[in-house]
Amino acid sequence: MRAARRTTTVVTLALAASFGLAGCSSGTEPAEAGSEAPAADDGPLVVYSGRSEDLVAPLFEMFEQETGIETEVRYASSAEQAQLLLTEGENSPGHVFLSQEAGALGLVSEAGHLVALPEETLGQVPEAYTSDDGTWVGVTGRARVVIYDSERVEEADAPETAEQIVDPQWAGKVAVAPGNASFLSFVTAMRLTEGEEATAQWLEALAANDVQTYDGNDDILEAVNSGEVELGLVNHYYWYAAAAEQGEDAMRAGLKFGAPGDVAGLVNATGVGILTAGEGRADAQELVDYLLSDPAQEFFAEEEFEYPLVADVTGPEGVPPLDSLSGPAVDLSDLGTVDETAAMLDDAGITVG
Amino acid sequence: MTRGDGRRTERVRRPARGASWLVGHGRRGPAPVLVLAAGLVVALVVTPVVFIVLDLVAQPPGTVWDAFWRPRTLSLALSTAGLVVTTTSACLLVGIPTALLIARTDLVWRSGWQVVAALPLAIPSYVAGFAWVSLTPLRGFWGSVVVLTLVSTPYVTLPVAAALRRADVGTEDVARTLGAGPLRTFWASTLPQIAPAAGAGALLVALYTLADFGVVAIMRYPAFTWAVQTAFAGTFNRALALVLSAVLVAMALTVILAERAVRRRVAPPERVRTDSTSGSSTLGAVRQTLATAVLATVACAGVGLPVVTMLVRAAQSVSRHETELDRLLHAAGTTVALGLAGAVLATALALPIGVLSARHRTRPVAALETATYVGHGLPGIVLGLSMVYLTLAYVPSIYQTFLALVIAYGILFVPKAAGSIRTAVAQVPLSLEDTARTLGRSPGGAWLAVTGRLAWPGVATGGLLVALTIMKELPATLMLRPTGTDTLATRLWQLTDIAAYGPAAPYALTLVAVATVPALLLSRDWSRPV
Repeated sequence: MRAARRTTTVVTLALAASFGLAGCSSGTEPAEAGSEAPAADDGPLVVYSGRSEDLVAPLFEMFEQETGIETEVRYASSAEQAQLLLTEGENSPGHVFLSQEAGALGLVSEAGHLVALPEETLGQVPEAYTSDDGTWVGVTGRARVVIYDSERVEEADAPETAEQIVDPQWAGKVAVAPGNASFLSFVTAMRLTEGEEATAQWLEALAANDVQTYDGNDDILEAVNSGEVELGLVNHYYWYAAAAEQGEDAMRAGLKFGAPGDVAGLVNATGVGILTAGEGRADAQELVDYLLSDPAQEFFAEEEFEYPLVADVTGPEGVPPLDSLSGPAVDLSDLGTVDETAAMLDDAGITVG
Repeated sequence: MTRGDGRRTERVRRPARGASWLVGHGRRGPAPVLVLAAGLVVALVVTPVVFIVLDLVAQPPGTVWDAFWRPRTLSLALSTAGLVVTTTSACLLVGIPTALLIARTDLVWRSGWQVVAALPLAIPSYVAGFAWVSLTPLRGFWGSVVVLTLVSTPYVTLPVAAALRRADVGTEDVARTLGAGPLRTFWASTLPQIAPAAGAGALLVALYTLADFGVVAIMRYPAFTWAVQTAFAGTFNRALALVLSAVLVAMALTVILAERAVRRRVAPPERVRTDSTSGSSTLGAVRQTLATAVLATVACAGVGLPVVTMLVRAAQSVSRHETELDRLLHAAGTTVALGLAGAVLATALALPIGVLSARHRTRPVAALETATYVGHGLPGIVLGLSMVYLTLAYVPSIYQTFLALVIAYGILFVPKAAGSIRTAVAQVPLSLEDTARTLGRSPGGAWLAVTGRLAWPGVATGGLLVALTIMKELPATLMLRPTGTDTLATRLWQLTDIAAYGPAAPYALTLVAVATVPALLLSRDWSRPV
């Protein structure tokens, strides 16, 4: 028991000491913040990445080697990063936010945590893939696709339009991830192109068809690959990543891109923005520029099968070219209204939220 | 306030003496220092809930009301309640007979089974869930029940087996002599003695079921935590997430109060069993085989299946990932260090509450103890976000440091440690302490020499349980860890998130291996006679 008490004392002292230190340092902080020296790039560049480490870590290493800028990257899902940034508010230690999806960037931007990017940065990417207020820029494109169980469904029969997905013949056989940001963006895009009423009807048809709900794209892919469901709605590169992991021959799931012009072929963007803490930091801007440079764009295409958004960079091998997809004409800046979409899903009884 | 007439009269008769302010005495009201310490700990522990309330108040009022009153909230509450009730009952139905077999029969390889019964504690629920989904068509409600029951039954089995070993068999003998059958004897004599232990275990199971997100998401069962996660991270609907979290807190409170009601009705055994040979029943050859088969099946389902699935996944992978041995070892080291540090802090924080609630069964003490449990039913993402907010607001310099993470663990797992401390201290008869004091020890000295020393294994048990839980914890770790560090659990999550099941398998297996150590210690510690 005496040993236990000693441990308790040590821990208590350690805690007390750290709280005391914390008090001292927080006391000096306001002075630094008040001086607002824009060019002083204090400490390493802190990046909040919504892309997973195994995909983008090599890219950050390339950036560090090329520029000599020390980079610290924090990984989590884009939506979790967005919630974290909203909670951290002005105190966020992050300088740059690399998001998997336009909606999360829109949310952080709306809360005033992103700063405007220079025109020459925004100009490198087609307007459809950047934000209207210039706070974030698209880096790569990712297409919505339908995956199907190749043992039970012929490729020709697999749906390629939103309308076909809710056909009664697929009752109980379609998997979606209602809480996943990409799915919500897809439904939001439908609201923007087809209107609220048509979208509500589509959602009702989906629900009436006994749609199967999963937590994420990877769960859906796993379910189709194991024959649990026949069809699933995911982003195209999930299939390519799994094929690289398990071997293409082992893939039971087949892949079908959406028909030209149909919302089923929506192309969403991963994007990047500079956070308020990174305002005026030259290294933050350098990272954004690097992500739009040829080596980074090629990296995304070659390693992740995503579509480069900067003109003249070759698209991923074995994946249909971006301009052949010609998804619906949607301004990605408008995809931020996911809460309204979520409410419609809820009304249709699809979401678990 | 003290319960029972005898105690009240004694309190009047005995004059206060010596340094009772330090540790107090069971028959004289709690020591002020202890109460103050417990109060401070509770203030720390309920901060996440305060954060939710403040954040809720900051939301536009209409959205909060709408989120609360929509039919979906009610249906989620009902499905979650159904899951909690069924899983907890299933754990009791599996756990109590297992404990009886281990503690009260001549079952072959008894001590081995005791260890095996603890092993599911080492399996993270999301790993077990993944295994069941890849190998069986089991999904939804029953899928969640099966997996949650398999991973959390040890919370019932271990303390009940320990209670059975300590229980007074005298009354059972009397019941038998009076002609009662085995069932009636069990009902009238054994059950009341193990009820507090079973209740405490059931409470842990129920709170775990309420807060766990991994299994229900994998099994696609619409429970509250999945909804909270979706609302926060998928749809960015913060108001909805907060409302659902508040309802979860209310459900956790209901569970805690239910357990409290059960505990109050059954008094803990006053006498300690002395005759270790009696009370053991003999199984015939048939029942021996049957029991072994059942125990083996449960063990295979709970432990064998997940481990084999991971091994198979590792073998199947043709991925380009090299084996990242360095990284794996580093993550293992971080996991163990965090587990130990968090366990020490949680135990230290839990001591005043555990001791108070063991010795002073008064309403204010009960309220303090209940309050420590409240945050325990919260999903990790909510606790993580509240800790982010609080550290940044009050101690920004420790944000995203190991210290902040350890403090978060301390706050999260105080109740896990407090429960074991309470049970252990309560089982030390006060008469022993009195004797020490008659022999001239000061109140503090007597407490340390008698209660402290005798209760120590129970305190350690609580710490081990916390260490084990921390090693498997995911959402709060993910949100609060220092940039650039992984634990086994966070790395496992990252790899499965990109469908890299092959490279993920070594992490899952290492996590299971590392967690096996405290699980094994727990299987012994819980049964150590006090």
